[in-house]
Amino acid sequence: MTRGGQETLPTVTAGAAQPLPTVTEARRRWRPRLPSSWPRKLVIVLLLVGLSILFLYPFEWLAAAAFKPRGETFDNTFLPHNWTWNFSGKYVPSPAPQKLFAIPDAAVGHWMWNSVWISCLGAALTTFTSAMVAFAFAYFRFPLRNFFFGVLLATMMLPGEVTMIPVYLLWNEVGKFTMDHSVLPHIGTNTQYPLWVPNAFGSAFYIFLQRQFFMGIPRDYFEAARMDGDSYFSMFRRIALPLAKPALIVTFIFEIQAKWFDLLTPLIYLRDQTLFTAPLGMKILFDRFNNVGGGEGDFQVIMAGTLLLVLPMVILFGAFQKYFIRGIAVQGRKG
Amino acid sequence: MTSVAVNKVAPGPSRARRWLSGFRERETWVAYLFIFPWIFGLVVLTVGPMLFSLYYSFTNYGLQQIAGIEPTKGVGFKNYNALLDDPKITSSLKNTFTYTVMMVPGKIVFALLLAMLLMRAGRAAGAFRTIFYVPHITPPVAIGVMLIFLFNGQVGIVNRGLGLIGIQGPYWTTDPHWIKVSIVLMDIWACGGTMVILLAALYGVPQHLYEAAAMDGAPAWRRFKDITLPMISPALFFCFIILTLAGLQQFTQAYTAFYGAGGTQPEAALFYSIYLFRQAFEFFNMGFASAMAWLLFAISMVVTLVNIGVSRRFVFYQGSAR
Repeated sequence: MTRGGQETLPTVTAGAAQPLPTVTEARRRWRPRLPSSWPRKLVIVLLLVGLSILFLYPFEWLAAAAFKPRGETFDNTFLPHNWTWNFSGKYVPSPAPQKLFAIPDAAVGHWMWNSVWISCLGAALTTFTSAMVAFAFAYFRFPLRNFFFGVLLATMMLPGEVTMIPVYLLWNEVGKFTMDHSVLPHIGTNTQYPLWVPNAFGSAFYIFLQRQFFMGIPRDYFEAARMDGDSYFSMFRRIALPLAKPALIVTFIFEIQAKWFDLLTPLIYLRDQTLFTAPLGMKILFDRFNNVGGGEGDFQVIMAGTLLLVLPMVILFGAFQKYFIRGIAVQGRKG
Repeated sequence: MTSVAVNKVAPGPSRARRWLSGFRERETWVAYLFIFPWIFGLVVLTVGPMLFSLYYSFTNYGLQQIAGIEPTKGVGFKNYNALLDDPKITSSLKNTFTYTVMMVPGKIVFALLLAMLLMRAGRAAGAFRTIFYVPHITPPVAIGVMLIFLFNGQVGIVNRGLGLIGIQGPYWTTDPHWIKVSIVLMDIWACGGTMVILLAALYGVPQHLYEAAAMDGAPAWRRFKDITLPMISPALFFCFIILTLAGLQQFTQAYTAFYGAGGTQPEAALFYSIYLFRQAFEFFNMGFASAMAWLLFAISMVVTLVNIGVSRRFVFYQGSAR
């Protein structure tokens, strides 16, 4: 694609062909230790604790604000004076605070569910396809392999804005076509297909990540499977995939995160409120209840919605912490 | 038969013949079957759209053309000339550059400080690493929303906090000089990803280098400048490239906080991607927006190439022949 990308990227990646090395593994070589003199020890501990408070306080503030009643959202107390349940859908007569799940024309439950299934489906698709492509780049020797791999690296540098408009127009055409042929399901703009179908074609970054991993698997394993009469695909499925499980998990959770973060794609494609994903829905809530946009200033609803948007990521991180950190750390190994 | 041909050294078939014979191997076809999904995606979702985008940038493609009311007409370089004339392009580019120039060093320096602090944290390093990492998993929309409230000039906790130490904080979210700073500060808060990359690089620095330097009586800052920085320069460079590209494409936080129906739409927060999005999907000036996209592509390319050129002098690759 671009000469610059092809020329330079392989040198950047040189010497990185090893399976995901873990942070803990590296730590064995050099255990970080506290300095021996106690005043320096004290300074470091104080700094760490102070920074931790600084880093965590916005979350605490958000969670507390989400449970404060209207009018007290910004009192900045550590805990709400009057606890309210801004999430509950049950109708409570005014002047009680507005409830997140009982807002007219705002399908908060739908938004969350849409985001959950689109994230999971998209992540599963991209994990599988990327693994297949990555395996081919790692195992097979075929003509044009280096050319295609160079192209793959170059596409990582491409800003999404360049392809955004034609891809939208393409989906628009697909939409017109499926509308004209009523046997077909409606696919196109203002459906959720554009949000996850592109994941079925793999993603350059994950392909690169997993290829590193597959290259770390000894070739003998595959030769042995071939001797046993496995087809190429069953070799991939029975040997390569199970061994690459850590890399697959990293891909899966990174893509879930990417989908959960994405505002631009749903903003471009979706018009019907029931189709919205969580980030777009929360943006709409923000527009509606922030007083700038002519809303009434029901900030507690915005806070409850934002908390709802943040929580699944925190839970995901809690469950897969090791993989998050390891996946990020290994990105840097490319450099 | 192919293998026989390859083994013959002296005359043998030409390189092109040998290369072509690769396509007769079964393995080749299986490999292409494996990478087919990606190739399909490359053609349909990347290369094809790129060509179309280039084509649209030379046409008047817009709402009438999408609806099929008017035919698409080539307009030559009109869109690109319009880029030069549009004052909003200039100001959005300026915003984007200012933001990137503040965000990238800010994030890297702060992440490096955190990582080096963690190196001295002893057994608690893991716990603190988790704490510092958590903001990184906050969705950008949530960051945008929190920005508006945390940095509110009157009731926001940032200004309350500054007030405690006797500083009258600015009106971050409305003062044009401080809007980008507030976005940068939120970015620095979410520097956990960069921190983990740098931390992994720091762990990889061989301890004996420090011991040797200490033996020679090198002071701490010399050890930092002459051992730590060169040894982690590949990771620093990687973060630099990635963050610069991300900075040039900043959209979500700024859009959530300042644009859309609920935003104040200040000129100071009009980033290039936001303006591009509005031109394409609010005003449907697809031709003009395509030209904008190619300008962004050209800028990213130039910036990356310059970075790589500069890096040749500063980045030290262990084990590379030098």
